[in-house]
Amino acid sequence: MYRYDAIDKTLVAERVEQFRDQTRRFLAGELSDDEFRHLRLRNGLYLQRHAPMLRVAIPYGLLSSAQLRVLATIAERYDRGYGHFTTRQNLQYNWPRLEDVPDILADLATVEMHAIQTSGNCIRNVTSDHLAGVTPDELEDPRPWCEIIRQWSTFHPEFAYLPRKFKIAVTGAPQDRAASLVHDVGVHIVKNAAGDLGFEILAGGGLGRTPIIGQVVRDFLPREHLLSYLEAILRVYNLEGRRDNPTKARIKILVRSLGIEEFRRRVEAEWAQIRDSALRLDEAEIERVRSYFRPPAYRPLEDLDPVSGREPAFAAWYKYNTHAHKLPGYRAVFVSLKKPGIAPGDATSAQLRRLADLCERYSFAELRVTHTQNLLFADVEQSATYELWRALAEADLATPNIGTLTDMICCPGLDFCSLANAGSIDVARLINERFEDYDYLYDLGELDVKMSGCMNACGHHHVGHIGILGVDKGGEEWYQITIGGAAGTDATLGSVIGPSVPKHAVAETIARLLAVYVERRTADERFLDTVRRLGLQPFKERVYAASAAA
Amino acid sequence: MPRRLLRDHLVVQDEWLHLDEVAADRRGPETAPSRVILPFDRWLADREHWISGDGSLGVRLDPPDPVEKLLGDLPRLALVALRFPGPAEGRGYTQARLLRERCGFAGELRATGYVRRDQVFFMARCGINAFELPEGEFASAEQAFETFTAEYQRANDAGLAQPLRRR
Repeated sequence: MYRYDAIDKTLVAERVEQFRDQTRRFLAGELSDDEFRHLRLRNGLYLQRHAPMLRVAIPYGLLSSAQLRVLATIAERYDRGYGHFTTRQNLQYNWPRLEDVPDILADLATVEMHAIQTSGNCIRNVTSDHLAGVTPDELEDPRPWCEIIRQWSTFHPEFAYLPRKFKIAVTGAPQDRAASLVHDVGVHIVKNAAGDLGFEILAGGGLGRTPIIGQVVRDFLPREHLLSYLEAILRVYNLEGRRDNPTKARIKILVRSLGIEEFRRRVEAEWAQIRDSALRLDEAEIERVRSYFRPPAYRPLEDLDPVSGREPAFAAWYKYNTHAHKLPGYRAVFVSLKKPGIAPGDATSAQLRRLADLCERYSFAELRVTHTQNLLFADVEQSATYELWRALAEADLATPNIGTLTDMICCPGLDFCSLANAGSIDVARLINERFEDYDYLYDLGELDVKMSGCMNACGHHHVGHIGILGVDKGGEEWYQITIGGAAGTDATLGSVIGPSVPKHAVAETIARLLAVYVERRTADERFLDTVRRLGLQPFKERVYAASAAA
Repeated sequence: MPRRLLRDHLVVQDEWLHLDEVAADRRGPETAPSRVILPFDRWLADREHWISGDGSLGVRLDPPDPVEKLLGDLPRLALVALRFPGPAEGRGYTQARLLRERCGFAGELRATGYVRRDQVFFMARCGINAFELPEGEFASAEQAFETFTAEYQRANDAGLAQPLRRR
């Protein structure tokens, strides 16, 4: 993984001191609430319902064992012994004290971590495919490009006060596991007719109040121009994005109002002016960054069948919680953070430490965060998967539900977030209680359930096969259900099935949707495929027929 | 009391007045400023009138004002002021870079409006070299130019005293 040199270390250390001074001035009354808000938001610090929330950046989701241990210690020393992994591969602490935040940042800096630009109207943490570098279908490892973008966007003096937040996702495989089509900018590594690798650039995707799928701005960008092209997009957006209304300020609204043709024309005109400036990447710099992402010391191995002769529980876990690796004899192993009864994405300090030990033993001392709020050991020898499963099970981290109904994406909701209309964690609990039969879950197959506690859509509900959105109805928590959404290569926005339902009816509503699927599916159809084939009507009829929502 | 200003890292008396300050200026005709900063719309409306005068001219851009409309007139202007209405405004950073890098403007580039020590580092990196700070922020603002001593990306840096370390 990337390691800091003197430049990185200097910048992060100076940021800690800058933020320490800003916090001191706020506590001394020298900065108003509003002035401090604009400063702290550039450092991932929200003042929330119960306490501040600090969001720590995990660039493109990559963590070392040393970083895991420091995250665990911070959770104990300054918080309540756990952290929450987010859909953008970051970690949130829900209970730090404002006075402690500068010290937390100093602790993070000891392991080359920070909270820079994890909130606020600036370029946020760049995210990527959690299977980067190990998936068989990859054209090229996207992580060096993520790191190049991370450095360019960090403390970029021109783009620190954008109209609204700005999120970039990079993928290197045809299958999109980073939800790049619902990002402000999606960067796809592609090959052109001449066989050269470069980038397809998309813009204008996003969720929130106005969900929109990103559109192609340029179908092939030679690699050396990546930063100049991004700078051109950001410059057009910074000048022309709306600032009069925060709900209309994302780049998706600009792209939609100009039309993709006109937006492209403006970006290309700006790019023509700067494409051969100092932003042009030279091979030496690309190689410098790439050198940090060389493959680890893999052993020459043969594929084997780790499941034969083992108990069915292991076989189920292996089937659902592991993924193909590009090298024979290796497997990528998911750590499920979706144990029923636990808030999706939460991990305790003890678990983080255990994971640090395990990744040192089994996966080259690295762990990854997925955008579905789980974790991943990328490089496990197949012969070690049984041992690893037993160790994970002891730490409550082997729930065999990856990709199934109970592997829900879920925002913190009303329990923590001051924006939320409704709870999401307790709805997740109700769904888990209703669907606790693993045979049924496995029979349902691949099913993305995504839940957000408000229109801001942190839980990506629009692109869930089943989406659940918390709404406030006369002071009560109700839920609007969508079906048919998808986040991947074929990204689609779900359709609302009808009037929202009260909290106690959410699980029953899902049960009815799934009953229609089970009755009407053809051989290999997923829930999503059946919805696409049949349309809304049969699902709608079943849900509202005998009024599950009563 | 006349305004003070941080310009090229020195605290100086401001010899310029914004147009709306001219009428309120009580220094009398013999000391009336010959240097006036016009809002962009006044400049567009009365361009010929102002050019024919004998004073030095500055123009103030609001965030939506397009820099390119000033391009042909820049040789006649000694100063361009960029207005920052509040802490969230960010267009001035791009306007500054376009003025310095696209238009080649070498005169005074001034930040006016909401300008605080926490903004000056990035402003300076975009080419702004003069800052209308509140009284009381001058000493700390000078330190703010050294908030960071290294950089990850090339920018303009005309407003910094020292070059930043880079790879």
